[in-house]
Amino acid sequence: MKARVHVMLKAGVLDPQGEAVRHALGAMGFDGVNGVRQGKVIELDLADGTGEAEVKAMCEKLLANTVIESYSIEMQSRETA
Amino acid sequence: MHAAVVVFPGSNCDRDLAVAFQAAGMKVSMVWHKESTLPEGVDIVGIPGGFSYGDYLRCGAIAAQSPICRSVADHAGRGGYALGICNGFQVLTETGLLPGALLRNAGLKYICKTVGLRVETSDSAYTQGYAEGQVIHIPIAHHDGNYFADDDTIARLRGEDRIAFTYTRNPNGARADIAGILSENRRVLGMMPHPERAADPGHGGTDGQALFRALSGMLASA
Repeated sequence: MKARVHVMLKAGVLDPQGEAVRHALGAMGFDGVNGVRQGKVIELDLADGTGEAEVKAMCEKLLANTVIESYSIEMQSRETA
Repeated sequence: MHAAVVVFPGSNCDRDLAVAFQAAGMKVSMVWHKESTLPEGVDIVGIPGGFSYGDYLRCGAIAAQSPICRSVADHAGRGGYALGICNGFQVLTETGLLPGALLRNAGLKYICKTVGLRVETSDSAYTQGYAEGQVIHIPIAHHDGNYFADDDTIARLRGEDRIAFTYTRNPNGARADIAGILSENRRVLGMMPHPERAADPGHGGTDGQALFRALSGMLASA
């Protein structure tokens, strides 16, 4: 089983890196972008029996800082991964 | 008067902080991050600047989960003093000992320069050597010093007089110009600027000295 964790800065938290990317895209002529938010993806290769509840605990304790970040978890079985 | 300075892989201000504590008359023990207990009789724990664990994941996130940080949290929970500077401030927010978080600087650049700080409260062991409203000059050196907390937290910090220092000219986008904050019991201070880098005439400034001297005097008489 694999899990993919998406970590994003919460709405309302300034994302200066995303803003810089948006600015660069605009400068390159890509005018159709109103905003960019940059986050990270963390892939976990899970041992048998490790479930989503445990991944959620990992997110709360370490993978995301919930003061500034939100996260979402995508569980993938090996066949679909 | 006994200070412990925690050393993580990637700490680079640990010795400077030890020298500043020593110059103020304190005994100093260096404590490696893999230790699970602080030395007997430690009055204050210093968490130094640097790049603990290479800033992997988030600044201070991995350090906050290290064995020594659990005993730092216990120490603070018992009413012990703790001072986190720069990366140390990031570690203290990641452990939850101080509210909020430090984000990437709004201008995206690493900033290394001396800045003006306004002392917002002299009501703490750290700031009693300054006058309220006094402007001091202390160096900053950080990429992620942009203090963030939600509106309620900022209001609470203000209401409880827990903002220790603000920038006279905000260099990094920090909310409410915050450079340093105190815990509820006023015994834990986290700050981005480096008072240990302005604690000797050879540093080019001595405005940080009063922090260490006040701390030393306060704890010695306690």
